[in-house]
Amino acid sequence: MVIDDSSAMRLILGRIMRGLGFDVVEAPNGAEAIARLQSGAMPEIALVDWNMPVMDGLAFVNAVRKEEKWRQITLMMVTTESEQSQIVRALAAGAHEYVIKPFTPDAIADKLALLGVLAY
Amino acid sequence: MTISSSAFNFVSDLVKQQAAIVIGPGKEYLVESRLLPLARDAGLDDVSTLVARLQSTADDRLRRQVVEAMTTNETSFFRDRDPFTALTQAVLPDLCRKRGATHRINIWSAACSSGQEPYSIAMSALDHPLITSDWQVHVLATDINEEMLQRAEQGRFSQLEVNRGLPAAMLVRHFERAETDWKVVAAVRNMVRFKPLNLNEPFDLAFMDVVFLRNVLIYFDAATKAEVLQRVRRVMKPDGFLFLGGSETTLGLDDGFERFTIGNATVYRPRGAGPIDLPAVSGVPGGLASGQPVAAATAARPVAGGWPWAVTPSLPPVGSTLPPFPAQPGPHSTRQPLN
Repeated sequence: MVIDDSSAMRLILGRIMRGLGFDVVEAPNGAEAIARLQSGAMPEIALVDWNMPVMDGLAFVNAVRKEEKWRQITLMMVTTESEQSQIVRALAAGAHEYVIKPFTPDAIADKLALLGVLAY
Repeated sequence: MTISSSAFNFVSDLVKQQAAIVIGPGKEYLVESRLLPLARDAGLDDVSTLVARLQSTADDRLRRQVVEAMTTNETSFFRDRDPFTALTQAVLPDLCRKRGATHRINIWSAACSSGQEPYSIAMSALDHPLITSDWQVHVLATDINEEMLQRAEQGRFSQLEVNRGLPAAMLVRHFERAETDWKVVAAVRNMVRFKPLNLNEPFDLAFMDVVFLRNVLIYFDAATKAEVLQRVRRVMKPDGFLFLGGSETTLGLDDGFERFTIGNATVYRPRGAGPIDLPAVSGVPGGLASGQPVAAATAARPVAGGWPWAVTPSLPPVGSTLPPFPAQPGPHSTRQPLN
């Protein structure tokens, strides 16, 4: 699941993920992503932007981590937020990994391998 | 052998034309080091011959390979991962048991390039629960290229570089912001000593417990590979460990080494090194074939994630401090349909 309010970024990340063999669904903010999960979507991994309208990425991570039934979803922030304190906040909230924009497709693949969702 | 200026200019122009990347003057070493494996794969003696072939034929595939080799940064933190998993979960525990008298471990990163490998080693040791403050872990980082060494010694990496292979938990623990870059903290930098060294010439070093000699032998012909392996073996402790690149081996080059499998990693040890003193693995299907040479060891090679001391799946608890190891979810072996 690619969650980003930028349609261009969703397109880029979606293309990378499809290229790596994933099926991709998109959501423009955390609230719509939660709605998709509530309607039964169960992604293996969610790539989550931080700054989005309605519900931001950190709130999304917190919401997902509160629900036992969504615990198996791997969460990776993909964001321009690059301060150490922000990374710590995201990890403490339950994000497994963190990629700072700009990134290369290799960086996404590396992190997915690190998380065990992709063989390397 | 350094390539001629005309050959360098040809490659530089090709890369600029095809990938819009400028390889400025003085980067002959970069062209040599990136293209030599390609030349060897093509059955050619050197990079100049490879360039001559490019100039004389319309081999689009070869051109593409050259551009890719010049534009792909193969160096990343924790590159290939498996050797570092083996280091953390098998080699360092083994050495902690055997070096209890000295509390000192020497590790050599023998072609450290821009520094990601030695810093990855140092971070692994620093985070290791068995390496307490009364241990001294010395990481020697060498390379033939002094320009790269100077860069590596600064410990400064771009955003793109720290995105490659470095767990976020390690980024926040072992790096600090330096304008738009990230700098390795002093605690890690102080563990690493940088030194120019040409593997092709005789050298004298302190005895090493672990050697990372990865993706180096691919640049040499068979005779030179054998010489380098012998030189490396002479500075290894009798019960030391050698990690090579994924496509490299000592087999057929130096029978002074034995090959072992640790998880998904292959490690070479001086012949007669004895068993690896590992956490209890007996009775675990697919466990490590401790102390067995390659035939037996590879027969017991476990599947990914299936070895007995795999990091337990865990999520960082809400509000907790960061865990000592990067948070890792369990292996997600199956993909579920998305609605």
